Amino acid sequence: MQFGIFSVSDVTPDPTTGRAPDDSERVRSMLTIAQHADAAGLDVFATGEHHNPPFVASSPTTMLGYLAGVTKDITLSTATTLITTNDPVRLAEEYAMLQVISDGRMDLMMGRGNTGPVYPWFGQDIRNGIPLAVENYALLRRLWTEDVVDWEGKFRTPLQGFTATPRPLDGVPPFVWHGSIRSPEIAEQAAYYGDGFLHNNIFWPMHHTRQMVRFYRQRYEHHGHGRADQAIVGLGGQVFLHRNSQEAVRQFRPYFDVAPVYGHGPSLEDFSAQTPLTVGSPQQVIDRYASFVDDVGYYQRQMFLIDHAGLPLKTVLEQIDLLAGEVVPELRKIVEAKRPADDVPLNPPTHAERVAAARAAGRTAATHVGDGVDAVTGARAEESVR
Amino acid sequence: MSTHRTLAVVSAGLSQPSSTRLLADRLAGATADELRAAGLEVDVEVVELREHAHAIMDAMLTGFPSGGLAEALQTVAEADALILVSPLFTTTYSGLFKSFVDIIDPDALTGKPVLLGATGGTPRHSLALDYSMRPLLTYLRTQVMPTVVFAATDDWAGQDESALPRRIARAGRELADAVAARPAGGGVDDPFGDTPDFADLLGR
Repeated sequence: MQFGIFSVSDVTPDPTTGRAPDDSERVRSMLTIAQHADAAGLDVFATGEHHNPPFVASSPTTMLGYLAGVTKDITLSTATTLITTNDPVRLAEEYAMLQVISDGRMDLMMGRGNTGPVYPWFGQDIRNGIPLAVENYALLRRLWTEDVVDWEGKFRTPLQGFTATPRPLDGVPPFVWHGSIRSPEIAEQAAYYGDGFLHNNIFWPMHHTRQMVRFYRQRYEHHGHGRADQAIVGLGGQVFLHRNSQEAVRQFRPYFDVAPVYGHGPSLEDFSAQTPLTVGSPQQVIDRYASFVDDVGYYQRQMFLIDHAGLPLKTVLEQIDLLAGEVVPELRKIVEAKRPADDVPLNPPTHAERVAAARAAGRTAATHVGDGVDAVTGARAEESVR
Repeated sequence: MSTHRTLAVVSAGLSQPSSTRLLADRLAGATADELRAAGLEVDVEVVELREHAHAIMDAMLTGFPSGGLAEALQTVAEADALILVSPLFTTTYSGLFKSFVDIIDPDALTGKPVLLGATGGTPRHSLALDYSMRPLLTYLRTQVMPTVVFAATDDWAGQDESALPRRIARAGRELADAVAARPAGGGVDDPFGDTPDFADLLGR
């Protein structure tokens, strides 16, 4: 199982000091956090994508492209990439570029976004959220897998003889997750394509998560990608750690009480009981998170939110050290021992594994278009533009 | 055809004992009597909003209902009919009542027969049910009974033959007729049951 962190990139004043970073400082903090996570041995760093304050992460591939150059092992990802309001052509190009620059050390997660006005700002209508996610992603896949694309749809201008460049690394597109909290249609989409499904349950009760994941698994099997227990599942999580559990609660409570999303609502104790939020010692976090495989089956990626609500950078880096040093090794041992069978994937697929599988199935695409024949349509680029 | 029906009674009264709950019980009793007289079995499930007041506000802030509130919402969604009774505060239903309605899945009540009641200090508020509560439940596409029952403080001191008991009996009859005319099981849809196959979503 992979363990990583994801950031929503909020600029929130530290409630204990009143101090807020400016946008530049917050962006640099995210870079530091990602590099620290890499050095500490965490498996994944994912950034959100937002286009409104108080969030600063508007340009994920710029950030992840830089991180690809300065990190070593960590998988770079998104949480989430807006498949609704971004042009799928730009997504195909930007993430293929990131795939090449990171040498395949990346994947991405599609989401619809949760801010109503983002749709009209980018010329779309929120009532088309699901149809946009469906059409845009279908086009994105074609742009990655077919060298020359003729396309016409409802939401963007048609394409004739279009080739997205650079072509995916080794002719194999990045692995894609789909994130959704409430919409079964998105779980169905992930299942249809055999993609991963991440239920970001950080603010939701486990009984809801269990239903969504079960549905995705059943549909994954229905669409013929393997058994239900072989589907690729991820969960969200939220922790605050201290070796002394009372001290963890004492330190985190002022941040919890006024946090965006859930602040001024339920008590820390109630919210901890109802959601995956765990504030306490490493052992408490291990015990709690080790139980989730019993709820949703063995899954491949566990993400943690640790840098929001105004927590200062120094604290976040300490959290990474505790998570990577005192939680993950033990937690991984426990959950991986619960894997039901050897043919249930241990981790999400790496680029190398996907290339090997594609080659075995004869499904790799061209790595350059212009002097060859499109593997899918049989057309030459120059023929298509005649 | 099933002969069993469930009535969900939502009372938004704040004091205990509350005249709002008293009216709710009378309306439920009148409805249940009529249904039983028609040969149906009746379960009456009461939701006292006071018990869920904090959870209702938490649900508005977090987006999901906790423990007991989740069960209360399910009771309402699965009932064959609803009896909704609120005190009138500052010319309309209470904020707690509206907050509860706000966290109900907007599609959960479609077509459900609903009987409305309210309590207030003076008879001068008696039209509040018709100008505020009825449109709310109409918006939710429920089937609101023609008779609504408003009880002012003075009504509780009336004679047996006074207007309030007669209105309660008439309202109960209307709701019972509407319930008996429908098949049982205002059941909750499987949230995944109507998810289209992806090929349909793609339009293929």
